[in-house]
Amino acid sequence: MRYLPHTDTDRKAMLDAIGVASIDDLFTDVPEAARLDGLIDLPTKQGELQVERAMAAMSNQNVSASSVPFFVGAGAYKHHIPATVDHLIQRSEFLTAYTPYQPEISQGTLQTLFEFQTQVAQLTGMDVANASMYDGSTACAEAVMMAARVTKRDKAVMAGTVHPHYVEASKTLAKYSSVSIEVTEPELDSLDKVIAAIDENTACVVVQTPDIFGQLHDLREISRIAHEKGALVIAAFTEVVALGLTEAPGAMGADIAVGEGQSIGVGLNFGGPYVGLFASKDDRRFIRQMPGRLAGETVDADGRRGFVLTLSTREQHIRRDKATSNICTNSGLCALAFTIHMTLLGEKGFRQMAQLSHENACALADALDTVEGVDVVNDAFFNEFAVRLPGNAAEIVEKLAKVGVLGGVPASRLYPGQFEDILLVAATEVNTEADIEIFAKALGGVL
Amino acid sequence: MPMNTQGRPTRIADNIATGGYAETTSGSKGLEQSEALIYERGSVEQCGVDLPEPKGTATRLGGLERKAELGMPGLSEPETMRHYVRLSRKNYAIDLGLYPLGSCTMKHNPRLNEKMARLPGFADVHPMQPASTVQGAYAVIGELAHWLMTLCGMPGVAMSPKAGAHGEFCGMMAIRAKLDADGLTHRRRVLVPESAHGTNPATAVQCGFTVDEIPADETGRVDMEAFKAKLGDDVAGIMLTNPNTCGLFERDIREIADLIHEAGGYFYCDGANFNAIVGRVRPGDLGVDAMHINLHKTFSTPHGGGGPGSGPTVLSDALAPFAPVPYVVLKDKHWELVEHEADAEGQPFGRMAAFHGQMGMFTRALTYMMSHGSDGLKQVAEDAVLNANYIQARLKHVMTPAFDGICMHEALFDDRFLKDTGVTTLDFAKAMIDEGYHPMTMYFPLVVHGAMLIEPTETESKSGLDRFIDTLEALSLAAKAGEVERFRAAPVHAPTRRLDETKAARQPVLRWTAPAAEEPVAAE
Repeated sequence: MRYLPHTDTDRKAMLDAIGVASIDDLFTDVPEAARLDGLIDLPTKQGELQVERAMAAMSNQNVSASSVPFFVGAGAYKHHIPATVDHLIQRSEFLTAYTPYQPEISQGTLQTLFEFQTQVAQLTGMDVANASMYDGSTACAEAVMMAARVTKRDKAVMAGTVHPHYVEASKTLAKYSSVSIEVTEPELDSLDKVIAAIDENTACVVVQTPDIFGQLHDLREISRIAHEKGALVIAAFTEVVALGLTEAPGAMGADIAVGEGQSIGVGLNFGGPYVGLFASKDDRRFIRQMPGRLAGETVDADGRRGFVLTLSTREQHIRRDKATSNICTNSGLCALAFTIHMTLLGEKGFRQMAQLSHENACALADALDTVEGVDVVNDAFFNEFAVRLPGNAAEIVEKLAKVGVLGGVPASRLYPGQFEDILLVAATEVNTEADIEIFAKALGGVL
Repeated sequence: MPMNTQGRPTRIADNIATGGYAETTSGSKGLEQSEALIYERGSVEQCGVDLPEPKGTATRLGGLERKAELGMPGLSEPETMRHYVRLSRKNYAIDLGLYPLGSCTMKHNPRLNEKMARLPGFADVHPMQPASTVQGAYAVIGELAHWLMTLCGMPGVAMSPKAGAHGEFCGMMAIRAKLDADGLTHRRRVLVPESAHGTNPATAVQCGFTVDEIPADETGRVDMEAFKAKLGDDVAGIMLTNPNTCGLFERDIREIADLIHEAGGYFYCDGANFNAIVGRVRPGDLGVDAMHINLHKTFSTPHGGGGPGSGPTVLSDALAPFAPVPYVVLKDKHWELVEHEADAEGQPFGRMAAFHGQMGMFTRALTYMMSHGSDGLKQVAEDAVLNANYIQARLKHVMTPAFDGICMHEALFDDRFLKDTGVTTLDFAKAMIDEGYHPMTMYFPLVVHGAMLIEPTETESKSGLDRFIDTLEALSLAAKAGEVERFRAAPVHAPTRRLDETKAARQPVLRWTAPAAEEPVAAE
């Protein structure tokens, strides 16, 4: 086996040094009834070529985003990632390093995480950010639990227009805790029902902008009301690129901002791994209750600047049953990819990418609006919006796929039994005028 | 000798070795180049990508345009390349040398796995595409699930957990859901050995359980009498790592499983150490009800400086119906995704995250499994255990193994061999850095004084192990010979010296901020 260096001569010499006759003598602590005689019933080893063929066969059964006009969003977005990003994250020293527990030989990872935390804080208009979470949905769930710890209250209000997966992940994490989650009816154009649900027992209110239907929301009013009642405001987002063009959560009064960073550097990957972004205001209560890893600046024994993982007394390996979260591994390599891509873009490129995505979405909305029976629902959006179709959106998406267009996500896939005529469509800088034309034409054809 | 604020000697060798020219003008030292933050290197006007000019057409943002600057600098492509390559060189990595972190299974990461994960049919597909366009992606999830269930001898597996701790959460949620479904709402106490990973008690609490610690016996295993005494009708289950965190197989594991089942509880096994037994022992044969598998340990998906991980969780017949959504099923040769609780056959406890799990890790792990096959995986466990025992056998005359006898895939030493030397476990570990090695896991498990947990994994050669052993032997002898200053000063050859962690925690600086503008000097 090509990954195993020992020869049989090596193995014999090592068994001799240990003082046992055979490898079986090293497994004598295993109860006899659980010792297997032969091999487990699975295929035996294969060379690179054979494995490549088998994997390629499965890959070839899928339609990749780059191969067709592609408008799928709803929590994950197709953007162009510069070649430099993938090269750098495959550097052995980044790819094959562990969590930076030994800071003297992990400054590469630690300094990058410090840059990542700063970028995330700047994007969200917040003061501090952690070193990443698994993804946007788990970041959202952890934020709800954190708000409950900070406010010592047990009720969370989530807008019905927060990505339903984020709502479900939050409900799962809270399921057996003292925290109860109230989800309001999804409203396409206002936050009135969410505001009405906030009371003196509310720990936090979770609002997403742009929401799952792509609608943008001004959070200033809801923040003012929530703060009056002593509740925290958690602003969620699924498309980080929106922050290049639209108002930052921190500037609209949010206390915690959480979301998905997959658009920058990471790619689609069929849903994972992604990178959860988690940022908050600089309030000592918040930082001490934050989940996940934090990189911090310090000095070494010679007084030179260096970085370490810090405030670990929040974490499970120190606090055990009293930890702020059970999280251990985060999304290190995806955070690195995010930071490298963001460094290449800089403020200028990031804003340009956001503007291009928005303009393509506007062009798409105009094109779809001209299709008979199709109406754009949103009045304000960034790069994703909802259209009302004269028929079942799930069926129409399948028909579009058959003619080679990946035309979005039927809302009923996220809200079973509801919004059956609503299709969620997204555009980014990768879409061309021709793609948009083909989509509009195909949609007209299948209706 | 010059001392720093932590009372540790500063770099002792510089003046001798360099004739007094230790410091350079640039701060770099040959190939050890200093590198500032992007915030000190770049500018907000700089950009390393060429994008088309936007048309500047009217926006439909509803008046919610972002007003303030972000203040985020960019770098050109060559500068970006250099910045991150230079930073990368300040990291230790498996590809550079043995990485003996116990409990972490730092094995070789084959590059075929990377190549397969980047095939466009895996890397460039969206999780919400119509099922007809992602049959191969669902097939990967289904195929990997089959391998995991077969290797574990378990009838079910939840694929969506995103890391080991997330998998623990999955397994314990399934136990909680099963107890609640059976009306056993008084069962809220979970037994956890004091040697357990910190994630275990943290997870149990997250699922609404209380934690009751079980002590270890003198052989490093669960104290059976103490365990039996803690059983009762309020017990929900036990969370046990096997092989345990002392690197030992729990000989009484089947009795533990039987007793917990007889008492009406469930057996959660922490699968962090599956590498020791993969292909040779099936957890299902040990009476396990739930176990997470760290694909980033046993199945070699890269650790990436702290993730991403992936923690599929195998489940017994009793718990499988409570597995979370989503999951894939094969019906008439067509893969389908069950996304909603209402569509599930069982009673899912919920959804753990957006989408279907860590696909990028699935493709890598499946590639790894297919490469090894059942024969290669068995050899993995055998060589991993062989290597750890070889280290223990060859070092026991100078270091002190925490427990007698055969170990599994990791060798645990305590600090008795450093007694009266003035050298601590931490000092010893930092001296390893100067010798070109990443230290072992230190001060864990908590049941052993000054613990040093060494996990070599199966991908180390005999000659590589011999060099490592010779180095540890020499360090042990040096400590005993009274070379305490060398250990206390260590590391002196790493990119940085020991870092002041107390300062980092007391005065947290968690992001870069622009230095305050200097007062203009008034003209005289």
